Amino acid sequence: MANEAVVEDTRRSIAMVEGLEGVVADWSSDQRAFKRVVWGKAMMWIFLLSDTFIFTCFLTSYMTVRMSTTVPWPNPSEVFALTLFGEHIPLLLIAIMTFILISSSGTMAMAVKFGYEKNREMTTFLLVVTALFGASFVGMQAFEWTKLIIDEGVRPWGNPMGAAQFGASFFMITAFHGTHVTIGVIFLLIMARKVWKGYLEDRKPGFFTSRRGGYEVIEIMGLYWHFVDLVWVFIFALFYLW
Amino acid sequence: MSETKVEGQQHPLAMYFWVWGLLFVLSTLSYLVDYLQFQGYLRWTLILIFMFLKAGFIVAVFMHLYYERLAMACAILIPTGALMVLISLMSFEAGYTNETREVYLDGGPGLMIMEESTK
Repeated sequence: MANEAVVEDTRRSIAMVEGLEGVVADWSSDQRAFKRVVWGKAMMWIFLLSDTFIFTCFLTSYMTVRMSTTVPWPNPSEVFALTLFGEHIPLLLIAIMTFILISSSGTMAMAVKFGYEKNREMTTFLLVVTALFGASFVGMQAFEWTKLIIDEGVRPWGNPMGAAQFGASFFMITAFHGTHVTIGVIFLLIMARKVWKGYLEDRKPGFFTSRRGGYEVIEIMGLYWHFVDLVWVFIFALFYLW
Repeated sequence: MSETKVEGQQHPLAMYFWVWGLLFVLSTLSYLVDYLQFQGYLRWTLILIFMFLKAGFIVAVFMHLYYERLAMACAILIPTGALMVLISLMSFEAGYTNETREVYLDGGPGLMIMEESTK
């Protein structure tokens, strides 16, 4: 009986009001679609969804130009090969970059766990390790770009190996992904400092730290970082391996 | 009351290590596809299988989507799935563009037919 009364009460409180009053009522009626997640996490997911659409646009346009050109596509296996100790190994750098990003995802996931356990040392350490992995990824990307631009002569409008669209697709996609990694590294370092200083417990005013609860911001930041890794999975498969 | 409970994901450390290892194995396998120079449909199928497996594990376990409410998973996955419409439309379009280029560019058969008919 008590339950029914509560349900009835809830129904009345979210009764439909029309007009401007209705707008206010709808936005303030204490309804909640995404349960068991803090609003910040739901919003991060929505942001990542929009980011998915952007990356899909890039990858789809890459698919379109690659499928429609009659000029042979440069062989990525050859273009991104490295010669190490006199041995010619295809895609070596890209494989290393893949393993680095996956490892950074692993350390990030564990940072989230230790964050909820309020283990500040481990969380800080793992966040810094994640950031270092990310920074080394960006460094290798810079090396890859340098090699491609200077040694191989790849330009956004053409290259000596084949279809002219190769450069445009490559630079656009990897630059956008690399920017995401770079932003992630910066935020990881900011967050690591906040955890180390104990701002999340003190509710110190500032980016992400003024709210109650605290450590879910690590998970939210983790969502972004895993997404960066996720996008790389698709770039690796569709651009480098295809 | 459970109101004071923190709303966050807590899972055993071993789970993350397992998935981490699994992602390493899958990445190695997809790298081997290139290293062993598999070609054609075998190559493309393997690449896609490994790609979706890796993406699935990252989203489900590292991003905890598997442990969230279904309403949340739907809000994320259904719009993402709708992107398949864009991808398939653009692949038809690209196939058509390629076909017309094969026929009409660089001495393709279409050009000769056009020249014949204007004589």
